[in-house]
Amino acid sequence: MQADKKLLKDLTPELESTGTGWYITFTIFLGLFIVGIYGLVQQIDKGHIVTGMRDNVVWGFYIVNFIFFMGLSYSGALISGVLHLFHTGWRKPIIRMAELITVISLVIGPFFIFFCIGRLDRLYFLFTHPRIQSPITWDVIAICTDLIGCFIYLYLSFIEDFAILRDYDELNVAPWKKKLYKILSLGYDGSPIQAKLLANARTIMATMIIAIAIIVYSVLAWIFGVTLQPGWHSTIFGPYFVIAAVFSGTGLLIILMWIFRKVYHLEEYITQRHFINVGVLLTVIAAFYGYFTFSDYLTKWYGSIKMDSILIDKLFSEYYSLFIFANYIGILLPGIIIAFPRFRTIRNITVAAVIALLALWVNRYIIVIPTLETPFLPIQDTRPDWIKYSPTWIEWSLTFAGVSIFAMLFMLVSKIAPIISISEMQEKDKDEILK
Amino acid sequence: MKENINGKQGKSSRRIFLKKIGVGAGAVSVAGIAGVSAFSAKDNNRSGLTVKLLSPDGKLVEVDQDDIKPAREIVADLKEVARKGLPDRKFGMVIDLAKCKNARKCVEACQEGHLLPKDHEWMKLYLLQDDRNTAKYWFPRPCFHCDKPMCVSVCPVGATYKRPDGIVLVDNQRCIGCKFCMTGCPYSARVFNWKDPEVRLPEGHVYDPETNIPPVEGTVGKCVFCADNLRINKLPRCVTACPMGVIYFGDLLEDTVTNGEETVRFSKLMTDRAGFRYREELGTLPSVYYLPPMQRMFPIERGLDGYDENIKGRYKEAGPR
Repeated sequence: MQADKKLLKDLTPELESTGTGWYITFTIFLGLFIVGIYGLVQQIDKGHIVTGMRDNVVWGFYIVNFIFFMGLSYSGALISGVLHLFHTGWRKPIIRMAELITVISLVIGPFFIFFCIGRLDRLYFLFTHPRIQSPITWDVIAICTDLIGCFIYLYLSFIEDFAILRDYDELNVAPWKKKLYKILSLGYDGSPIQAKLLANARTIMATMIIAIAIIVYSVLAWIFGVTLQPGWHSTIFGPYFVIAAVFSGTGLLIILMWIFRKVYHLEEYITQRHFINVGVLLTVIAAFYGYFTFSDYLTKWYGSIKMDSILIDKLFSEYYSLFIFANYIGILLPGIIIAFPRFRTIRNITVAAVIALLALWVNRYIIVIPTLETPFLPIQDTRPDWIKYSPTWIEWSLTFAGVSIFAMLFMLVSKIAPIISISEMQEKDKDEILK
Repeated sequence: MKENINGKQGKSSRRIFLKKIGVGAGAVSVAGIAGVSAFSAKDNNRSGLTVKLLSPDGKLVEVDQDDIKPAREIVADLKEVARKGLPDRKFGMVIDLAKCKNARKCVEACQEGHLLPKDHEWMKLYLLQDDRNTAKYWFPRPCFHCDKPMCVSVCPVGATYKRPDGIVLVDNQRCIGCKFCMTGCPYSARVFNWKDPEVRLPEGHVYDPETNIPPVEGTVGKCVFCADNLRINKLPRCVTACPMGVIYFGDLLEDTVTNGEETVRFSKLMTDRAGFRYREELGTLPSVYYLPPMQRMFPIERGLDGYDENIKGRYKEAGPR
């Protein structure tokens, strides 16, 4: 399978050689990751007492990270799935990144559940003694399905590229990589029948992963929503979590676009137009997300059932700055940047995305923690850590380990396959194949 | 009341009874093994040799030798037995808030009886005040053993379960420690073993979900309504330990509850004293009822007499809520 020479020349250098910068960055992330592993060993050795979690706040950073990483996996479902279905032309250079975010964060997310579980050695009970009544069992089923679906979708989008790289004689890479491309391309040669089959398969999977992703994130929300706890027991949680997930995935996509554009010199392919388009998308999602947030808190505040009003009081006193950051700044900033054309620079949009992403993490935090600190029966205790949650270095280290492994996996994949899909870029008339 | 429980006990099958005997820690006397006496040709599967054993409630019973199994094999069965519960029973509790003075004897008896670490309280004492215009009152809180238990619904592995006799138990050899039940329970009734509890077990102890001894690191524990005591016709430890007779316990199908001193009609007590359940609106249907803290026998402050800062400090900020 042949491809445009210029494309290949621009996009393959990163596969052929690796700079020192890459190694330094990778080592830093690896170091952070190892610190996290050390923390995990400590936790397994000494028990969960080394975390900040106690009998009232039984879920802490780990669950926040779990829902956060699972949410990131939404970018693939939205950007690649939706844009693929609507044949949006400008998606082509960023579709690969979005798909990678999906799969990588989907692999990392469940690990935070493993950290949170008291008896890791009994994890297999989830499969040997499952009870379908439990939302956790729904989650196990949904996440497994999502993982398989997203892997297939990602792989389908890689096949053409592997075939191109296999047939690109000037590609100067190690023999094992060549061999890998040969195996992974599955004998694809771009014949019309193959191309049609592949295109159909991708359309089917794009539709499916959108549906699966909605289910996964709703089930995640219902873990909280089905309980009776103040602040969690809300019908809006399903759609609210779904939209928040799309929000975070889109934010992360902008950040990665900025990084790879800079580091891999892709200025020609990822332009300001892409940033503005994804930025507009982020703003639209932020509007929905802000609307859901407002509507959730308004009804709790106005109706003021006693427990709800105790919770709201807590959010507006102890958690005031976090609340403002998460639910005002994080939501409004992307809109402000996009609303005024002169603010719409690549740098500004990226900064807005970074803040939006952090704010969303904080939003998850102030959904999980304050509710657990506000049980129906007041916490009457003399142990400070039983009253208020504060994470220990172990929880921080594992959080950073999660971010590190995400970065490392992304870096590794970018050395095996081009970060911009070559086949997508050159097949301008792909839509015609579908017809 | 005690006689009543006794009467019912007779119905439980011989098999189950034997299983319990096999492990009734320390209560079982094997001395009777020597006393082989009679033959029975009726059952071909039996050796016909019987053995006299002392049951956990102190009765001398005679069983066939072939029915005796070594305790080790019974562990799985014991967990099965603990899932079935006592037949034709529906246990319930009534706590008289007017009589409670925070003596904490219920907490101590519970911790002692279940070998709990000192910082684990299955029974917890709260100082509550509903509004600033209303009075403060002491509020003992065991597990409510709800009839629609949230903890049981959300458990992904069936480690916590509801028995037909109304008791909710945790099998800590099944529990994976996901803590979903703890966020599910609206009454904070569950405790987590954040570290190795380092319990010194009596020799030959076998795990039984009815006592939940020993607690296991990384799993959840909670009040078990002293299901082990109920099986041998004894009242829960908190009931007998309370010097004020605050806690009544009984079989609601029999419509009687007792605090160890007086036995009363459950329905009459509820009607006369306007019994209620805590946060009825949550719809979990607790098996624990409360009698309102009217005409309290002690001033609140006396409940703090003689305690160290650890206990006193808990209630410093107790106020309207």
